[in-house]
Amino acid sequence: MTMKVPMTEYLRIDLETEKWECRVCDHVIAPAAGNYKEGLLVHNRDPREIHPPVIDPAKYRYTFCPDPEWVRILEFCCPKCGTQIETEYATPGHPPLWDMQVDVPALKAQWASRGPAMLPDAGPAVVPGRGHAH
Amino acid sequence: MKDMTTGGPAPSAEDMKLIKKFLEDTTLFLGPDPEIMQNHDLMPRSADEEHAIANVPDTHTIAKIRDRLQAGCDEGYEMVEQMGAAPGAKWGDVITGIYSASGDLAIASAGGVLLFSSVVHHPIKFIVKNWMNEPTVGVRDGDGFIHNDSRYGNVHNTDQSMILPIFHEGRLVCWVASTVHEGENGAIEPGGMPSMAESPSDEGLKMSPFKVVENYQIKRDLLTFLQNSVREPKLQLEDMKVKLFACLRIKQRIEETLKTDGADALISTLRLTMEDVRAEVKRRVSEWPDMSVRTYIIQDSTLRENCVVKVNCTLTKKGDQLTFDFRGSSPEFTNRATNTILGGLKGMLSQLFLCYIWPDLPRGQAAMAPIEVITDPHSILNCSYDAPNSQSLMSIFTGFTAGQHAVAKFLYSCPEKFTKVHAPAFNMINTFIWGGVSQHGETLGNLCADLNGMGAGATSNRDGEHALAPIFATMADIGEQEVNEEDVPFLQLVSKKMTRDAIAPGKYRGGQGYTMMVATKDSEQWGFMTTAQGAKIPPIQGLFGGYACGTYPLSKVQGVDVYDVMLNEPEKFRHSIEEIMNEQPFEGARYTTHHMGMGFDISKRGELYMISQGAGAGYGDLLERDPVGVVKDIEEGLMSAEVAARLYKVVFDPATLAIDFEATEKARADERKARIARSVPYAEFVKGWNQPKPPAHLPYFGCWGDDVETLYMGSPDKTRRGDEPKPNYMVHPKDVRIAELEARLAAAGVPGDEKQ
Ligand SMILES: [Zn+2]
Repeated sequence: MTMKVPMTEYLRIDLETEKWECRVCDHVIAPAAGNYKEGLLVHNRDPREIHPPVIDPAKYRYTFCPDPEWVRILEFCCPKCGTQIETEYATPGHPPLWDMQVDVPALKAQWASRGPAMLPDAGPAVVPGRGHAH
Repeated sequence: MKDMTTGGPAPSAEDMKLIKKFLEDTTLFLGPDPEIMQNHDLMPRSADEEHAIANVPDTHTIAKIRDRLQAGCDEGYEMVEQMGAAPGAKWGDVITGIYSASGDLAIASAGGVLLFSSVVHHPIKFIVKNWMNEPTVGVRDGDGFIHNDSRYGNVHNTDQSMILPIFHEGRLVCWVASTVHEGENGAIEPGGMPSMAESPSDEGLKMSPFKVVENYQIKRDLLTFLQNSVREPKLQLEDMKVKLFACLRIKQRIEETLKTDGADALISTLRLTMEDVRAEVKRRVSEWPDMSVRTYIIQDSTLRENCVVKVNCTLTKKGDQLTFDFRGSSPEFTNRATNTILGGLKGMLSQLFLCYIWPDLPRGQAAMAPIEVITDPHSILNCSYDAPNSQSLMSIFTGFTAGQHAVAKFLYSCPEKFTKVHAPAFNMINTFIWGGVSQHGETLGNLCADLNGMGAGATSNRDGEHALAPIFATMADIGEQEVNEEDVPFLQLVSKKMTRDAIAPGKYRGGQGYTMMVATKDSEQWGFMTTAQGAKIPPIQGLFGGYACGTYPLSKVQGVDVYDVMLNEPEKFRHSIEEIMNEQPFEGARYTTHHMGMGFDISKRGELYMISQGAGAGYGDLLERDPVGVVKDIEEGLMSAEVAARLYKVVFDPATLAIDFEATEKARADERKARIARSVPYAEFVKGWNQPKPPAHLPYFGCWGDDVETLYMGSPDKTRRGDEPKPNYMVHPKDVRIAELEARLAAAGVPGDEKQ
């Protein structure tokens, strides 16, 4: 049987196909040896939308909001289910990071000796009614 | 030796010996020794250790002795915590420990600041190397050495160590030491961590390790010199005594062990404890996936001016080797205090492992020993002798966060975990440092222990806890404000009240921070400073789709005496920054906001200084957050209903907060669709987003993108190579302001008839 190793809350690697997959909707995202972000969608988020002003931006220079000219939030989501898989607080124009560069042959060897019983127990969702339990 | 021999025959072995002796005998100055300072691994086994291990290899005996010694270290720690005069001592900013004869920290106190475990061994190694055989100094039974200069070890000059050699039958068998964050040290600003320092000469006491105790007595002449060099002579005396007595207590426990089990058992225990921990770390690392994880954290100021200062991190694991590569991080600032010596960074990484990843490991130097750390020379994470480092916390904390963010991505898939996978904790010391003359006429300089209330990051199964603990200590108190107010002439008018909407959203949200409002009451000579980054750019990253915290400014209200207001018109006072700044309830007062690097500011009675602690990072997609948890956050005042509804897409009755679960499911499904609609494929996105250089409007420091060899120095046109140090001076913020105003005058046509 094929083994799928959960690598993050929302991503796993299928050791047989050597692909990154979405753990929520099973979408095949990208080659495991590459950057999973290349298979995702990106949104350039104004940080003020997530971190709202606590004090009046019309009156004050500093408001508890990150400065949108100094930092942006790159939101990466699954193209099939829309789950937000990763965020990156980025300097404007700075290339997104290849954040997880996996040595796939080493991963396969490591899990060949472990077997599927060792797969970490941590599921993707806790929404009631979705039929998932930890 | 190549350049020495150009143009002539190579010197013989005999000549080389002579040259070496000449150089050793005529050293002008024993400065910090890079051979000691750049190394955090264990010293090689000595002949004494080989012999002791051969004699006493039994693991049961060793475990028994280790427990006794551990108890002794913890007892010494308790003594310092209970008796120490420094506020830092009272909240556990302390380490006590037993060191091998070669100077490695073998067993450390379990609580307190584990960051110390990778840095306190350096001064002992300096003593071993330089004073042991130095006829004018020597190391004898009854001696004690003092040290604080971070360039010779420890984190920053506010930490002072007392170091005692332990002899048995005339042989040096180990060392004991006690280290405390003392606070005041005679620097240009009170409190020991000046952000205004522009060179090491502004940083106060600079004690290279020297002998200050003989026959277990503190030498009065040297003590007087030290007291004369700082603002708190009482503190200097009291804590030197406290540290000395804590060391003597640990010494007593060691002597009991020597009596029952002998020197070989002690030496074998110290050595094998370290070797076993080192081997276990290698084994644990080997269970991680082979991978490189990249992240960066931005420091948004030097504490003097806002700028974009990159801490760049690639963490690589291969086999049993773990390597932190921080190359590409910002160049050091020649005249700013936020640089760190390399040891401080390694200390915080050690803290990461001992506190957040493997908290079951015995405390000591060994856990970090096999982990490699690479940096550029003269960079903000590995600064030179000539660069100030009194605010190194800014760099070691952001370095820690880079490590914490990267490690989480290794741990998720690892079957063997010792803690839950953890989003980054808040990492800035959002507190008030204070100083001046108290209501009792005493000169004081120190800080509010509220820095220990950093919000915790969320974990893979639950929300982060609020105002939990500082990242640099496992267990630390935020202090009893009412007790503090007996000694200091100011009040915290609002304290421990969560700052609403200063959030870090996620499936599990970050733990939040609280508001602090202070105002001076009973002194005309009292002031505050704040030393934190993160008023423009969050100093952490979120995890697995979760968000980081927002940003945290300093707000001031001047031209008011709030004590008069509370006496005469108490209904005007407000209990949140939000209300005071937005409603401006005090007529005629001036309301301003600032970044969190406020240099020492003399305050007036009743003027308000207001800040907030920060939130730890969120974990996971916020649309997966349990709607019940969202409403609970509203009820607890963490978040306003409007923000909660807009971000989390929870549908509830605004009056009763009753949740409509079905409508919530639908709203969330719609939002997932909306995400897909507004987002673009990666390849298309980077075409519009990626730039070849940092933007011209940002004062950017560090590498850009994949090219880690080129370090930008404040503008897209000014660079240095990572391995080629260059000075990096910042202009005085007042000169910058004057230039701006002069330009405006010129633009307005004001004649420039000033004589030049
Ligand atoms: Zn999906």
